[in-house]
Amino acid sequence: MARIWGLVAILLFACPAFAQSPHVENIQIGLSTDSVAITAGFAGADLTIFGSLEDADPQVSRQGRYDVIVVLEGPARPVVVRRKDRVLGVWMNLESEQFENVPVSYSVATTRAFQDITEPNSYKQLSLGASNIYMQPADRSQNPFTIATFTKALRERKTAIGLYSENVGGVRFLSQNLFRATVRLAPDVPVGTHKARAFLFKNGMFVKESSAQLEIHKSGFEQAIFRLAHNHGFAYGLMSIGLAMVTGWLGRIVFRRD
Amino acid sequence: MGIYLPIAEISVNVFVLLAMGAAVGFLSGLFGVGGGFLITPLLIFYNIPPAIAVATGANQVIASSFSGALSHMKRGTLDFKLGFVLLAGGIVGSTAGVYVFSVLRSLGQLDLFISLLYVVLLGSVGGLMLFESVNALRASRSGAAPTLKKSGQHNWIHRLPLKMRFRTSKLFVSVIPVLALGAAIGFLSSIMGVGGGFIMVPALIYLLRVPTNVVVGTSLFQIIFTSGYTTLIHASTNYTVDIMLALLLMIGGVAGAQYGAKAGQKLRGEQLRALLALLVLAVAIRLAVDLFVTPPNLYSLSTPGLS
Repeated sequence: MARIWGLVAILLFACPAFAQSPHVENIQIGLSTDSVAITAGFAGADLTIFGSLEDADPQVSRQGRYDVIVVLEGPARPVVVRRKDRVLGVWMNLESEQFENVPVSYSVATTRAFQDITEPNSYKQLSLGASNIYMQPADRSQNPFTIATFTKALRERKTAIGLYSENVGGVRFLSQNLFRATVRLAPDVPVGTHKARAFLFKNGMFVKESSAQLEIHKSGFEQAIFRLAHNHGFAYGLMSIGLAMVTGWLGRIVFRRD
Repeated sequence: MGIYLPIAEISVNVFVLLAMGAAVGFLSGLFGVGGGFLITPLLIFYNIPPAIAVATGANQVIASSFSGALSHMKRGTLDFKLGFVLLAGGIVGSTAGVYVFSVLRSLGQLDLFISLLYVVLLGSVGGLMLFESVNALRASRSGAAPTLKKSGQHNWIHRLPLKMRFRTSKLFVSVIPVLALGAAIGFLSSIMGVGGGFIMVPALIYLLRVPTNVVVGTSLFQIIFTSGYTTLIHASTNYTVDIMLALLLMIGGVAGAQYGAKAGQKLRGEQLRALLALLVLAVAIRLAVDLFVTPPNLYSLSTPGLS
């Protein structure tokens, strides 16, 4: 659905843009690396994405009427949102709602504040921005009001823990054609295939989109531990126990005080 | 200095974890308990997911109990036979506990259940210990000799059938309460990530009348196995043991424990028990407050099926 809307948007907005000037802008982005490794010292990072405009109109460029929004979207996974309610004075999880295919992370960088780039409607049509991602409830027959409340809560929690972030002014033009976007990778950024997308706007109209893929994975050691824990749980458990016993024994020898 | 935990999938501060391990280790050495009842809530306060805090807490407890049991074995204050009977019960309890743990987690009630168990258990054990130790302190102040163990006096537990002789403990008692105690500790161990020393020690002293000098060693011995079994089950069914996290806690813990044990020699028994009681109560109150105070976030996110 989102893709169809994107196509419609291109058709609608590309025509008048074409009529005004002979320029048919194009946008390209490139990642300095197609994979990021999370090492033991990883505490979040800034990812820089470079991009260029092709066939940009120098006049529009000088007036600063080109805007770029860059999105780094994490892999989609199902999520359960639970709400605590009071039962006999104790707060416990009561109601819950499951959503399918929710992007685990979603970082946005823009040239200017959202409301200055284009109207809310085109964001909706492009499903662009954390507040416009469609969260598909697992059970659609539920009360729409409940679904809306839980969808809002899901977005708020994701934003609060830093997995959904906005970096206004995070995209800068280095020259007429070249721009640089900085998106934030949270310390608990999910591993998997992330999709980087850049949206070009001209005079508040959507022009073009370009995308690239980024693989985020744990580095050798962390990955090895994770794999071992998940594929050979029993051996991993034995290893953990062995480690604990060795540490306990060594600790007695090293730090002995009696 | 930050470090990325491969299983918890978050980045944490190494020094905070080492200090946490050392502080808990010091207290555990001081009071002769495993310290699991302190480490698991501390990890949860530090934003480690509860499921991982519980499983990793169990793993960490192995290190401190193993270290403690070694010294008791050398001193001959370890009843292997009693330990193995407790263990047989413990295995059954742990298996049931891990199963209940997975069910609660899928229902989204795991956090609540863990907190409630902590509040009830720590609150009652802490309260009883405080009551007993304050009485003992008063008695010693007024000059009377403290009487912890009333020997020769038997309770209903000693009338049960299937009696068995435990030589080191100088005990002739039915295996039923021993197995039941082991099972209860095993159950708690797998749900709360604790070794259960803070329940096992008073239970062995007051219910089974095991001599106090054998209690700590035997309790530590069986805790190694119950926590080991719990770690193994959590590692192979829930994948929630974070070995990096456990290692950091253990290093701080074994160091702190030795200093704690030394500091403990300077305090009198009833003073130690009163302090431990206050500590246990403080943790219980802190957790109880969280249950009743409006949480800052009513909504929480989780992955269906897993963590």
